[in-house]
Amino acid sequence: MTDDDRVFKALADPTRRFLLDRLFARDGRTLTELESELEMTRFGVMKHLRVLEDAGLVVARRSGREKLHFLNPVPIRLIHDRWIDKYTERRVSALADLKTQVEESA
Amino acid sequence: MTTMTEMQTTQVYQLFIKATPEAIWEAITKPEFTAKYFHGSLVESTFVPGEPYHGYSPDRSQLWVDGEVLESDPPRKLQHTWRSLYDEETAAEPHSRVTWEIEPQGGGFAKLTVVHDQLDQSPKTAASVSGAGWMIVLSGLKTLLETGEPLEG
Repeated sequence: MTDDDRVFKALADPTRRFLLDRLFARDGRTLTELESELEMTRFGVMKHLRVLEDAGLVVARRSGREKLHFLNPVPIRLIHDRWIDKYTERRVSALADLKTQVEESA
Repeated sequence: MTTMTEMQTTQVYQLFIKATPEAIWEAITKPEFTAKYFHGSLVESTFVPGEPYHGYSPDRSQLWVDGEVLESDPPRKLQHTWRSLYDEETAAEPHSRVTWEIEPQGGGFAKLTVVHDQLDQSPKTAASVSGAGWMIVLSGLKTLLETGEPLEG
């Protein structure tokens, strides 16, 4: 499996996307904190975090006695860079901003 | 993007690069390399703990980044403080800290982890380096080391 395959596989699951969303909102969380937001066993959350770590989307780092989980956005950026160059990016982000504005005011 | 989230006081970025730890070390410590991916800046330092870590504009007329080397263990770990001087608001904030960790992997790859932390008192700096900030630099570093060419654009 290539690195990209791992990233797409990791993202192809709503629980794992939810975990990334939680880390995006606030980074550097323990397993216990993440577990408290999901109707799932600790073992289940650990399995999902493992898949995210294997894909490089989550990086776990020790801080004293705690193991903290961080969202690593680089793999997604590298996928972005593969198909979107600097000139296309302006148009894409203008459209993305328009979508956000229209949906927020709706 | 940053307005939606709480301020991240520790930011972690990790990537795999098909290069030796020595090549990565060279790319992050020599100005002729940093000029090609670090927003054109020239990083200059003796990399001796206690000595300055400086990032100059491409023509050397301005100091963009100032800091101090905290730890230097080539080609494994580099840690230095960081203050962005290219913007008045970030220049007024206290120093934060950047740690580069390089770990050899199989198949000619090395894992590079960049941790930018101690940003608690530096929200403007945190916002300016998050999102595309570090990622453009790291993506450019990877491209440079793997292809010998700077990232397009």
